[in-house]
Amino acid sequence: MRMSLRTIGKVLAVGWAFLIAGMALAQPVTLSFWSWRVEDKEFYDDIAKQFEKQTGIKVVFTPYKNTEYNTIISSALAAGSGPDIIHTRAYGGLAQLADAGYLLPIDAKQVPNLNKFPSSLLSAARGFKDDTRKKIYGVPFATQSLGFFYNKDLLNRAGIKELPETWPEFKAALAKIKAAGIVPIANGPKDGISLEQIFGVVGPMFYGGTDYFRDVTTGKKTFVDDGFIKALEETAALKEFFPPNYAGIGYPEGRTLFTNGGAAFFVTGGFDIAFFRENNPKLNFGFMPAPPLTRGGRTYVSTFADGNYSINAKTKNPEAAIKFLNFLSTQEFGQQFTEKLAQASAVPGTKAKDPVLAEVIEQTGYYGTPYLTLVGFRYATPTGTELMRSGLQKMILGQATGRQVAEEMTKGVATWFKPFQR
Amino acid sequence: MRFQRNLWLVIFLAPALLLMLVFTILPAINALSFSLYSWTSFNREGFVGLENFRKLLSFPFRDAFVSAFSHNLLAFAGLMVIQNGLGLLLAYALWRQPPFFKFFRVTVFLPVILSLVVVGFLWLLFFDPLIGPLTKAANALGITSFAPLGDPKYALLTLILVNAWRWVGFPTLVFLAGLNSISEEYYEAARLDGATEGQVFRHVMLPLLAPAFTIIVILTFIGAMEWFELPYVMAGVSGNPGGATDTMGLMFYRLAFGAASESTSNVGVAAAISVVLFVIVGVGSALGSLYLRRREVEG
Repeated sequence: MRMSLRTIGKVLAVGWAFLIAGMALAQPVTLSFWSWRVEDKEFYDDIAKQFEKQTGIKVVFTPYKNTEYNTIISSALAAGSGPDIIHTRAYGGLAQLADAGYLLPIDAKQVPNLNKFPSSLLSAARGFKDDTRKKIYGVPFATQSLGFFYNKDLLNRAGIKELPETWPEFKAALAKIKAAGIVPIANGPKDGISLEQIFGVVGPMFYGGTDYFRDVTTGKKTFVDDGFIKALEETAALKEFFPPNYAGIGYPEGRTLFTNGGAAFFVTGGFDIAFFRENNPKLNFGFMPAPPLTRGGRTYVSTFADGNYSINAKTKNPEAAIKFLNFLSTQEFGQQFTEKLAQASAVPGTKAKDPVLAEVIEQTGYYGTPYLTLVGFRYATPTGTELMRSGLQKMILGQATGRQVAEEMTKGVATWFKPFQR
Repeated sequence: MRFQRNLWLVIFLAPALLLMLVFTILPAINALSFSLYSWTSFNREGFVGLENFRKLLSFPFRDAFVSAFSHNLLAFAGLMVIQNGLGLLLAYALWRQPPFFKFFRVTVFLPVILSLVVVGFLWLLFFDPLIGPLTKAANALGITSFAPLGDPKYALLTLILVNAWRWVGFPTLVFLAGLNSISEEYYEAARLDGATEGQVFRHVMLPLLAPAFTIIVILTFIGAMEWFELPYVMAGVSGNPGGATDTMGLMFYRLAFGAASESTSNVGVAAAISVVLFVIVGVGSALGSLYLRRREVEG
């Protein structure tokens, strides 16, 4: 009896072993894919199905909470694990992972569509060290652009029939709106996020857009520059059009105010269109860049890549992962991304259904310029971003001048930005 | 016999000691070693000696660190005066057993059992610049711009007040227990000698409350130096506005794990902050308790 039990056990064990081995052989390759886009789970599950149909490769999408994602991914990678496909941030966020050797470099031979992306977007997928800066570590997924979103009904009520065409006209319109008892701009300075974004919208036409961007990122100029200082001053000067009790208003409060129809303008990026539509379907709004200084003059729309799809350097399935990245760089995918997620895909030439998003994409096409602090100066602490945010906050409180802030930014960034160290 | 007793002690203590070793002491030593290396992201690179400490104490980190440290010190001073001062007064009032004192005793302690995160969000709503009842009341009273959490002059004080609201029940309870343990004979003796109520409070109660003070001062010191949750919930990871509510804890968190939107970190300097914090808390509370113990009298 005892003997036969053992025999049965052995037979079972051998059977199991065969079964498992057989399953392993038949099992298709499965790629794991981590992200912070909890809200896009349905979309990516659908994309995974389409990709599996084409290639037989399975993709499992796992999103984590946005605010915890950086920590989760960094610690997983540091421990030598992590997913095959990593949803990475852009610029400094990606560079940090690339410089640590966690990401697999890719080139146009492996992903031919990379050649179609503009170089300003691809720089979002480059490292920051001398060698990693020459390589590309992912396929960009979305572009974002900043500008003035306006509430059409409130502009009407304030008697503004046509959108202002010059910056002085724009400021006159803000004064008129204020006189009509309507909050002109919903943004406030509390967390500094909006101040940096207002600078991104208003600043470029004062500092000279892409030309200055090139000069300052190569070290030909610093922030101590008349145009840049003027841009800081113009940003801080908008405080007279902020809401009452504005010191307590940060980005989330301002967004709520605008969404609920409480202010005529709100400076933010195209990424908030979905939020407006979802939380107040009746909101009748549009998008405009900052009007140029003079009639027919040049304006700019600050734009940046939102992040990338990257491959873990330690993936066991590099070929399958590269196939997936190829899929994510196609027109077919980009069009679905723009339509279904109501975000501008990084794949060039996609069409949006949402009229406001279509407007954002069109204006970006005409006036796009790199979003200075994010694209150029978020690679190490102290970032240009944090220095600018606290600097503009001080200016609004009257504790610093534009020149002092420009000097502090230059000095702070120079601690890690080599072109400034002369 | 004695040996056997000690052996049993060791056996009973071993599990707890082991847990402490694995989860407290080893990580602490590890963190100390982290501060001696250079880092890219979470990737440890070469040994750099005290370089991270030098960085912490030079531009650009020094200014932020000194300001964060000063906010911790201000929080300690503020909490000592407001939270513990109020706690002492409340304890005295409750000890006099006013009508409904049992009800008040529970009420005072109630906020302590609420989650700190809940308390933070609650007060954030009270102070909301658009819909907050406090803002509306202040505006109605003629204060046109009321935003204490957005004003660097008042933001830290506001956080200290909210912290005091949350915690005041704790020192109250400790002081009340202290007062109740003082023997009735001392008061009778003092009163027979013709001491006034104020004199009894000053010369009988306070000295005999010294052990309670020791505990409260040390705990407040540790809490204030490691102050993190409330500023994080109410003022964000960068200590808005403009770093006016930054603390050493927040600065550590920012540098170690990066602000979510910026994703830049400096683990080496963050580890250096944690070591400095450890030394401040360790040395501060050791010296503090030595000094305060000496002042205690037998009750």
